[in-house]
Amino acid sequence: MKITIKLFAFLRQGRFKIREFDFPEDTTVGQVLDSLAIPRQEMGIGIIFINGKRAEFDSLLKTDDVLAIFPPVAGG
Amino acid sequence: MYGWKGQILRVDLTSGAISKEALKIEDMHNFIGARGLGTKLFFDEVNPQVDPLSAENKLIFMTGPLTGTLATSCGRYNVVTKGPLNGTIAASNSGGCFGPELKFAGYDGIIFEGKSAQPVYLWISNQEAELRSAADLWGKTVVETTDLLREATDDDAKVACIGPAGERMVKFANILNEYNRAAGRSGVGAVMGSKNLKAVVVRGTGGIKVADNAGFLNAINDARGKLKAHPVTGAGLAAYGTNVLVNILNEHGTLPVKNYSEGAVFANAEKISGEYQAEHNLVRNKGCFGCSMGCGRVTKNHGKYQGIGEGPEYEATWGFGSDMGVDDFEAISKANFLCNELGLDSISMATTLACATEMTEKGIIPRDKSDLSWGNADAMIDKVRKTASREGFGDELAEGSYRLAELYGHPEYSMSVKKQEIPAYDPRGQQGTGLNYATSNRGGCHVRGYMTAPEILGIPVKVDPDATEGMPELLKIFQDLTAVVDSVGMCLFTTFGIGLPEIAEQYRTATGVNISDADLLQSGDRIWNLERLFNLQAGFSKADDTLPDRLLNEPMKGGPHQGKVVKLDQMLPIYYSIRGWDEEGVPTASKLEELSL
Repeated sequence: MKITIKLFAFLRQGRFKIREFDFPEDTTVGQVLDSLAIPRQEMGIGIIFINGKRAEFDSLLKTDDVLAIFPPVAGG
Repeated sequence: MYGWKGQILRVDLTSGAISKEALKIEDMHNFIGARGLGTKLFFDEVNPQVDPLSAENKLIFMTGPLTGTLATSCGRYNVVTKGPLNGTIAASNSGGCFGPELKFAGYDGIIFEGKSAQPVYLWISNQEAELRSAADLWGKTVVETTDLLREATDDDAKVACIGPAGERMVKFANILNEYNRAAGRSGVGAVMGSKNLKAVVVRGTGGIKVADNAGFLNAINDARGKLKAHPVTGAGLAAYGTNVLVNILNEHGTLPVKNYSEGAVFANAEKISGEYQAEHNLVRNKGCFGCSMGCGRVTKNHGKYQGIGEGPEYEATWGFGSDMGVDDFEAISKANFLCNELGLDSISMATTLACATEMTEKGIIPRDKSDLSWGNADAMIDKVRKTASREGFGDELAEGSYRLAELYGHPEYSMSVKKQEIPAYDPRGQQGTGLNYATSNRGGCHVRGYMTAPEILGIPVKVDPDATEGMPELLKIFQDLTAVVDSVGMCLFTTFGIGLPEIAEQYRTATGVNISDADLLQSGDRIWNLERLFNLQAGFSKADDTLPDRLLNEPMKGGPHQGKVVKLDQMLPIYYSIRGWDEEGVPTASKLEELSL
């Protein structure tokens, strides 16, 4: 299934800003993080959205989803 | 006296008399300092129905007991007055080093009253204070004024001043210290201008005693360690500043676009983001007094809008960016530089322009008056200048979005609460933020209870931003804690990495006041209720605890939150109840007794 992945802030270093990937059905957010070598521990308070909705490591992806991944950052 | 200096200056601008006064210990303990203590002093001395721009209004600069100490990020002071933008109690908070310098000179604060017949500035050099003529400074920008005053007094002096906007009493004029740090909101600069007070210049070389040296060092080392270890306060804020929020809010679908008229997704958000700023325009980061986070941005524009300055922060980037349909980062940066030079609140300036642009696009404001259009950066920048000088259409913009929209018969296009413009988070996708806007004691504001932290950023807990359940309870805690943070003199951003226990321990060891964490938080509740009482006596009521019609009744047009509105009616009655207020939003007698008010 086709998934668009967007990375932000520090996570872009050595990776990419936006890229399309083909993942098998029933792939979870956690598995995507693993495939990108983004340590789950560091993402404990990171921000993950699937199509604008907050997602967790065990959230299942479906085709055409947009997965946005931010490291722990904040402002105001 | 520990933490506090215990002494303030009172400056009668009408007569020119300057005197020193001791603070009451009971007030210091009950209202802490800065925002809380300033409000207590103001409430005791000023009729809530006073005309904000009259000589009878007062202007109070107040620091907190931790301001200027080694405590975490404690460079802050508040300016308390009745604000001319909306008539609520205004407590406008600024960082930098001005607050600490005032403490080093020997004062917790300054009360300005009356009105000077001629432009003046106050020069404080340790225990000596005098009013001097500012005739030659009138009309100067913030940069020019600050440079000239450092030259005239002491190169190490800290200068807080108004720009041309404050002199002309633009309703959202601000006060800037050290060129770029702003007591930004509510129009406190207009009050300063109304009093013919151009600047406050301070040089202090004294110190601040703390009660328990060893305990205090332990407390600050513990707190600093936590701030350093936390990824947000230890790395993220320094690298990307607050502007990292542009992409977050855009991906979440709550980045307001074109005066909140479209679905909150901006096609070119990447071009105005913190990541873009860091890659293309960031010279270096910068911190305020005693800060280990360093979220400030020193920014350089290279092209058509070339120049160097500070910012823009997230709010200004959003306001001059997606809210105006502008995707040129350097144009946004230029508009922000001008706000700092001319002394304008960038949030209210940008959102007033967005309101004016929507009304121009809809034909409500005639084209021969306004050349504003979505994405027209040059027209936007031109109007910032004209607002500060009140030239042409700028004179109408200078009154803020509510009065502007009302003038043309369409107040519904003002995205404001209690006539103060709301900032950069569409609450139709953040219910708790909607309740925060509606109940903020100074009108539209995000930092009275920053619910975006739990709703979007997951700090300190993750909550569902679409839920209404639990939001009133969480918001009350955020509002009370923020009142404590603002009043001790600490930067709110510390709360991304530390909480009440670390703040309370620094407060206790610095001041020697033996108070529990819970009782300190109750002081925040007390401050919140005092502000509420002021507003009620100023004429505000339950009817004002609301949001623009667009947010309550116009479903979001696109993006992840399409179709949603703010369900304020489901949250407000519960909020009143847990605050101990009656159905009309008035604190009950038992609540006031509980708080000793």
